[in-house]
Amino acid sequence: MKTLADLKKIREKAQEEMKLRGGNVRIKIVVGMGTSGIAMGAREVMKTFLEEIANRNLTDVLVTQTGEKGLSSMEPVVDLIEEGKPKVTYGNMTPDKVKKVVVEHIVNGRTVSDYVVATGN
Amino acid sequence: MSLKRIDLLICCGSGCVSAGSLKIKERFHEVLQEKNLANEINIIETGCMGPCDYGPVMVIYPEGTFYKKVSPDDVEEIVNEHFIKGRPVARLMLQDDEENTFNTQREVPFYQKQVKVALANCGYIDPESMDEYIATGGYEALGTVLTTMTPQDTIDVIKKSGLRGRGGGGFPTHIKWQMVHDNKSDEKYVICNGDEGDPGAFMDRSLLEGDPHRILEGMMIAAYAIGASNGFFYIRAEYPLAIKRIKLAIEQAKEAGLMGKNVFGSNFCFDAEVRTGAGAFVCGEEMALIHSIEGSRGNPTPKPPYPAVQGLWGKPTIVNNVETIGNIPTIFLKGADWFASMGTETSKGTKVFALTGDIKNTGLVEVPMGITLRELIFDVGGGMTGGHKFKAVQLGGPSGGCLTVEHLDVAVDYETLKERGAMMGSGGVIVMNDKNCMVNIAKFFMDFCVDESCGKCSPCRIGLKQMLDILERITSGKGKEGDVEELQRLGEAVSKLSLCGLGQSAPNPVLSTIRYFREEYEAHIRDKSCATKVCLDLMHFDIDKDRCIGCSLCARKCPVTCITGSREDKYTIHQLDCVKCGNCQDVCPVKAVSRIPGMHPEVTAKREAEAKIANHHDD
Repeated sequence: MKTLADLKKIREKAQEEMKLRGGNVRIKIVVGMGTSGIAMGAREVMKTFLEEIANRNLTDVLVTQTGEKGLSSMEPVVDLIEEGKPKVTYGNMTPDKVKKVVVEHIVNGRTVSDYVVATGN
Repeated sequence: MSLKRIDLLICCGSGCVSAGSLKIKERFHEVLQEKNLANEINIIETGCMGPCDYGPVMVIYPEGTFYKKVSPDDVEEIVNEHFIKGRPVARLMLQDDEENTFNTQREVPFYQKQVKVALANCGYIDPESMDEYIATGGYEALGTVLTTMTPQDTIDVIKKSGLRGRGGGGFPTHIKWQMVHDNKSDEKYVICNGDEGDPGAFMDRSLLEGDPHRILEGMMIAAYAIGASNGFFYIRAEYPLAIKRIKLAIEQAKEAGLMGKNVFGSNFCFDAEVRTGAGAFVCGEEMALIHSIEGSRGNPTPKPPYPAVQGLWGKPTIVNNVETIGNIPTIFLKGADWFASMGTETSKGTKVFALTGDIKNTGLVEVPMGITLRELIFDVGGGMTGGHKFKAVQLGGPSGGCLTVEHLDVAVDYETLKERGAMMGSGGVIVMNDKNCMVNIAKFFMDFCVDESCGKCSPCRIGLKQMLDILERITSGKGKEGDVEELQRLGEAVSKLSLCGLGQSAPNPVLSTIRYFREEYEAHIRDKSCATKVCLDLMHFDIDKDRCIGCSLCARKCPVTCITGSREDKYTIHQLDCVKCGNCQDVCPVKAVSRIPGMHPEVTAKREAEAKIANHHDD
């Protein structure tokens, strides 16, 4: 390492590794991981989110989880929370639907209305 | 490809390690392997998070959930509930007296009045990862200083920030730097003083363990400013983890080219090494420390010449405390004005304290200068344990003094504390409740200083021993009129005449307790009574016959068989033989045994008779 630019490179890479600990988060994905969610495949859904995000090198997206959301008939249920916008809840998610949501909603900023079960808080 | 979705930060400061955090970490590895989750969760060992009383503690990101007093048995539940189902385990969260639960670290009241500068990364990053330090802005200050500033500019920034030595004296850092900078010499040295020895203090240890790269970076900036190319970390051998981590940090920095020749393409070359101290308290004194590094006996020598003129191996040297150095990188990153905006007129920035004693949140805290003692003890510290009343607070360890209830609203800064007989010291804060005997506390610190006096100068070597003898006499019921005055006379003489800071400040605990608790000394001397029942010679045990059920347990447990009686007559303690072990009180099923302040009349009479015979022989 010889210059401040070298240092900056290392810093950016390291910050990416530490993004879970706060910082630059544009969209937070909250997967409902209650018993019924897991029974309906919420783990697969979450894994697909993690994989897609890693594949696309999206550094400002955070995947996290929560408990039962009450919408048991629509499990697996996923919330997308964006700063300054109403929360969007997707239901009956599958790994294929996840891929579409990542492309459309997260990358292109267009809600995939077919899968939406609720919006707002 | 990273599938990580959870950062699990386990506090591995020495406090939590002794409470078992390493076992918990192992257990997490096992359980995560079993459940096939190892690739989704990062397990990170951090330095001290602060609230040692609740250890082992951990924080789970992204939510920032804070768990306290975790045991290896809780690990499986955390993984099943929190990691898999996303339901944080409420029973491991912190609750206050009104049963409010604090979900995240940010909500915990302990952290709310704190401002973390030196401790910013402590408990947040993995201290063994240089990349994580760099992620928080590490080494940017060094790079900027080396590429855009002259040594004089660097000193001017420190001057503007108002940074003062955090080791105790509060000497303005920039003056030390300027003196060494102005001294022309072929070789200069910078020393980081990590010889932390005050009982109950662990600020330097936590910083070295929790964020070693910060100290290394700060040291390099100091070295550049004064024109040094070699540095020494003087750390006591009792801190093996701190030594290991600082050594690792040096290795990593060298490998990355952040140390060594022409750092950041500048002319600056730097190398540092660790020297371990054998644990002598006096080696925290800068001259003693320098001699110890040179391989001589750790004795202070008269100043001047100051280290800035003739230090290590006769070369100009600066000796800065760990915390002082820890502030430096942030001052350059955020600016001197930012730093100087915190604190009071004369004391800028923040101060790290190790809170211990009879308070709820013992641990490591960093607060802005000028905070009141009340805020420090009751808001950050959470108040007293067990519903007891606050009695006194000892600031600055064996060199500091005791303050009382009337000083609770005093602002914590160098001058204010000094005026009131205490001192900032290195940051040890021992809070005491009304069960503490102040004479006994003074004796404890005096005993420590007598042990640690290096013996070079007579005021300290002989004077402190005389003071200790008087205190021992007072606490064993042999105090006489004039003892308090004699203590004051001796204390003032020792302060004035001692060679180094150890002797100059050692009488402080005695002088300040006399100043604020004189009536306790007088009760010990005149009434032969210790109101708090701490001094064993000045209290006695007694059995309440109305309560005693004659079970004989106390008599059977008494090691000197000085309790006799029967079921009908109940039991009695023979005071002359009693050794005050307290067994009888511990075993009594009906709490009939109690501690009574004051020497028992029978003992007093016996002692008087003995004294008469002794006097007779003298005649």
